[in-house]
Formats: sequence, structure tokens, C-alpha cells
Amino acid sequence: MTPAVVGTTISEYLQQADWGPLPLDAQWAVAVAAIIHIALLGAFFGLPAFVFIWAERKVSDRIQDRLGPTRVGGKFGWLQSLADGIKLIQKEDLAPEAADKMLFRVAPYIVVIASFAAFLVLPFSDGWTALALDAGLFIALALLSLEVLGIILAGYSSGSKWSLFGGMREAAQMVSYEIPLGLTAVIPVTIAGSMNLGEIGALQRGWFVNWFVFRDPFTFLAFFVFFTVTLASNKRAPFDLAEAESELVGGFHTEYSGMRWSFFFLAEYASMWFVSALAVILFLGGWWTGLGSLDAAIANNIHGFAAQLLGFVVLTTKAGILVCVQIWIRWTLPRLRIDQVMMTCLKYLVPISCALFLGAVIWSLVLPGRVFFGTQPGLGERAVFVVAQGDATDSSGLAVAPSADATRVATVVAESEGVQ
Amino acid sequence: MELFLFGLFALGAAGGALAVVFSQNVVRMAFYLVISLGCTAGLFFMLGADFVGATQLLIYVGGTVVLLIFGVMLTATGPYLSIRTSSGDLIQAVVVGGAFLAMLILTVMQVDWSGYSAKLAAAHGASSMERAGYTDPADGNTSRSLGLALLGTRPDQDLGSERAGELSTGYLLPFEIVSVHLLVVLVGAAYLARAKRKLTRVET
Repeated sequence: MTPAVVGTTISEYLQQADWGPLPLDAQWAVAVAAIIHIALLGAFFGLPAFVFIWAERKVSDRIQDRLGPTRVGGKFGWLQSLADGIKLIQKEDLAPEAADKMLFRVAPYIVVIASFAAFLVLPFSDGWTALALDAGLFIALALLSLEVLGIILAGYSSGSKWSLFGGMREAAQMVSYEIPLGLTAVIPVTIAGSMNLGEIGALQRGWFVNWFVFRDPFTFLAFFVFFTVTLASNKRAPFDLAEAESELVGGFHTEYSGMRWSFFFLAEYASMWFVSALAVILFLGGWWTGLGSLDAAIANNIHGFAAQLLGFVVLTTKAGILVCVQIWIRWTLPRLRIDQVMMTCLKYLVPISCALFLGAVIWSLVLPGRVFFGTQPGLGERAVFVVAQGDATDSSGLAVAPSADATRVATVVAESEGVQ
Repeated sequence: MELFLFGLFALGAAGGALAVVFSQNVVRMAFYLVISLGCTAGLFFMLGADFVGATQLLIYVGGTVVLLIFGVMLTATGPYLSIRTSSGDLIQAVVVGGAFLAMLILTVMQVDWSGYSAKLAAAHGASSMERAGYTDPADGNTSRSLGLALLGTRPDQDLGSERAGELSTGYLLPFEIVSVHLLVVLVGAAYLARAKRKLTRVET
């Protein structure tokens, strides 16, 4: 790690460094930095698929007492995904005679674009996010809900009964499971007072008791409901009714081959990782290690780029563990029937998540701060009601802002005082 | 660059809408509708209205169109799959659509845009968002002020305004009316879709 990189952004570095074609003009530096960031995002989109497809095969093999891939790339066959990828690129791009060719070709792209676009709002570390928006979580959920569209179109346009059934199941399943997904995702939002994923993550610093999952009994249960629902929204077993290879051949991707087929899996593994990272940010303390003294030591000794890189490693590790749990569940639980899937959602998960949401809100109202571990830093002054009081003729301003926005609140206060 | 992207999205929205009109296959129409609505969401994002853009994606593209395709998949077989408009329908549609377009164009032409923005600037300073503490409208952090407006307060208008004592009203009442309305619709749908229980008549 060269000192020049620590503490500067890439575009600043490009404008300051002094070798080769550098330094660049401001415009060019921003453009080059943007391209670097896009490439990095693309890598983060592709790498989870690369790693976790291999992990899925190894884990399933161990669970079933087999060896799995052993040859490609050395001892553990860790380059198996690369070999698979090369094989898939070489395969012929087929479209069935009965298919609606245009929709058939477009459908995989919709899935990949929706899954990739969701990475735009994900904070990979403290401040490492492509788009730090107040509506970040909302946009992430909206983009994830687009993925189902590509799958339905794929199922419909294939011109095959298996695909059609897969697509219909996926549609019914996704439309229902979005309700508990949204309801449980809102619970951390009510605690943090912000939909900005960066702010939600930043509020959980310190010891792991500050993580939202340990805040109160309702959030603790909400995490498990959220995790279950994300399994379903990614069509992972026991909710993989859309593929159901033992009954529907391959479900929605029966008729696909080569790269178009692999696009579906690229998107599936990427969004597996994405929802795990989302769960980590919402409930499991984001990019903080959960050991307060360790975090403090890191903050005191390492600055800038390196500290953020460490945060990224922590977040990736946590999300990776969650993905492994997803894989573990897939290979140890039997698949549900479609009516059982719908019943699980509509009869159990929706009422449970409604009750959890109500409970969490009432808990926050009745018991501000936590019962078990004392008040949490940062959350106490979360809701700042700035009411300019005075004469009856005064205008009163009202602003709700998380503590991270202290400057913004200060501006509002200053302005409302300036009025009087 | 921004102008180029804006043009691209606008082209996509308009082109998608035209393709919906001219295509004859129901599922393809739904797909073009997705393109059109998605590009509209892109336009919202370009204009800094991130919350509205995300809502557009979630409700229309992710919700309505998915349900639409789901319905088509359940019902469309053979004759219902392709829709050919008869010439009578075509004339009707052209007349109604043309009249609506003419009205829209007239309305847009009659607004004095430059005068209006000058008035806005005079009333709120250069940018109303700036006075509420938001520095850059292009940040698109609109969800907080939207949420407050739905709760009935408008700090973006009240803070720093010269009208002492008057508070702008938010949208609490419409918000509540809409939510109760939706609840009624949900209950009604559940009632209609409920499996009819057979009344057993006991003969004595």
C-alpha cells in the first residue's frame, strides 16, 4: 500500500501522481476513476458467482459424502468455475422453434441488469458506495423485484410447458414474498431513522451488542424472517419451485443453453451475495467487526483507504458466511410443494412480520434505548425535533434527522432561529 | 453527458410507448411497457427524484407489469394472444389520443416557464431545497422531505420563509385517505376471492 493511495480517492490520486501520463486533467481523472469504479463493481458482481458456485459444489459434495471437483486449479478444484465458464461460452446459442425469439433472447439480460443495478446502492464499506442515497434500501428492494420479470419472461417465451410452469410459480412466489421482505426490512429502518444503507451500517459501530439483531427480541426474530424470505426471493431451496429440477426438468431455464443460461446463474449467485450483504448491513453490524476495542484500534492506527478496505473484508466475510448458510440449507432441506410455499408466506410469514414490525415499533416507543445493554451511542439523539418555540406567531420548524446529519440539523436550527 | 442520458431515457420511454401501441402480441406489449416505464423511472432519477423513481420501478415495473404478465400467462391461449384492432377502434383511439395530446401541448405551451422559475427563485432563493439544508438537488435525497410532507409538515417551505405564523400544510389527510382506501380494497379483494363455503341444508 503506497502512502499516496491512503487517504485520497482515485480521482485525486490521478490528478496528483507524477509518473507516466499522470497527472491527468480533472475531467479525465474523473472519467478514468469512474471507469475503474465501474470495473470494480462489475468484478464484485461476477466474483461471487465465481466463488460461490464452486463453494456450492464443494459444500454439497461434502454434505453428500462425495469429493466434488478436485482437478482444475490444484488441490480443491478451485478453478472449476472458470473451466465451466469457458465451456459455457463455447456452447451453441440455441432458441427453440416454438419460442418467442425476441423475448427469449432479451430475458436473461433483464435478470442480469436488475441484479447488477442493485449493487449500485450497496455500501461495501464505510463510505464505499456508488450511490449514497437516502432512499438506498428502497431502491435496492425495487431493483431486486425487477429480477422476477426476466424470469417470468424467460418462462413464458420459451414455448415449453416446463418453462411456463416455472415462470408462473416464480411470479406467484415472488409477488407474495415481497410483502414480508419489505416489512422486515422496514424494522431496521424504523430503528435507524433512515433508509440510507450507509447510515444504517454506521449506526451499528462498537461492540456486537450494538448490532440491530441484538437490539430487542423483535429485531432478533426479524433477522431470521428476513433471511428466510431472502432465500425465497432468490429461489433457493427449499423455495426453488421455479427450477424444481426433479419435477419441472429445469423450470424457467429448461430451454436455455450456453451463456444465456449462465446469465441466470450469474445473477442468482450475485443476488444471493447481495441479499446476504443487505442482511449484514441491516442486522449484523455492516462493516464493523463487532469487537469494539478492535474497531477502535483499527480506527486509531489505520486511516483512509486501508481502513475502508478492512471494512470491506469484514463485510464480505460476514456476507460470505451467510451465503454458506444458504448453501447449507439448500442441501439439507427437502423442497416444499408450491401450495406449501404459498401457505408459508401468506399464512405464516406475513402475519409474523406484521407482528414483528408492530412489536419493534412499540418497543422503540415504550423503551427508548435498550433494556439489556444500556443506551446505544448514536441512537439516543437520533430523532431531533427542532421546534422553534417563542411567541404564538412564531413559525415552528420540524426536522427529523439521524445524528450522522448533525451539520444538516445545525443548518436547520440556525435558519429557524434566524427567522425569529 | 447528462443531456445524452436524458435523451436516451426519453427516447426509450417514448419509443417503448409507441411499440406498445404498434405491437400485436400481448406479452411483447407488456415487455415494451416495461421498457417505457423503466425509462420513465430513469428520467425521474436523472431529475433527482430518486424516491419517485424507485417507487415507479417497484410499483409499476416490479408490481403491475408482473401481475399483468402473470394474468396473460394464465389466460392467453391462441386467439387471445394477438390483438388486432378493428378500424373503428383505431379511429376512436386516434381521436381520443389526439385530443388529449393537443390539450397537453396547449397546456405546456401556455405555461410561462421562465417567469415561473423566476418567481420561484424570488420566493425561495436560488433553490428551495438549499434553504431546507440540502445542498445539492442533484443529490436526490428527497425521501426525507417527502416523508415529512406526508406527515403534515413542510420544513422545506416553512424554514426561512418570511410568512411568520403561517404553516404550510402537508399531505397527511390525503395520505390517510389513500391508505384507508387501499385497506378497503384489500379487504374487498380478500372477500371476493374467498372460497365460497357450501351452505349445508339440513333436511328434517
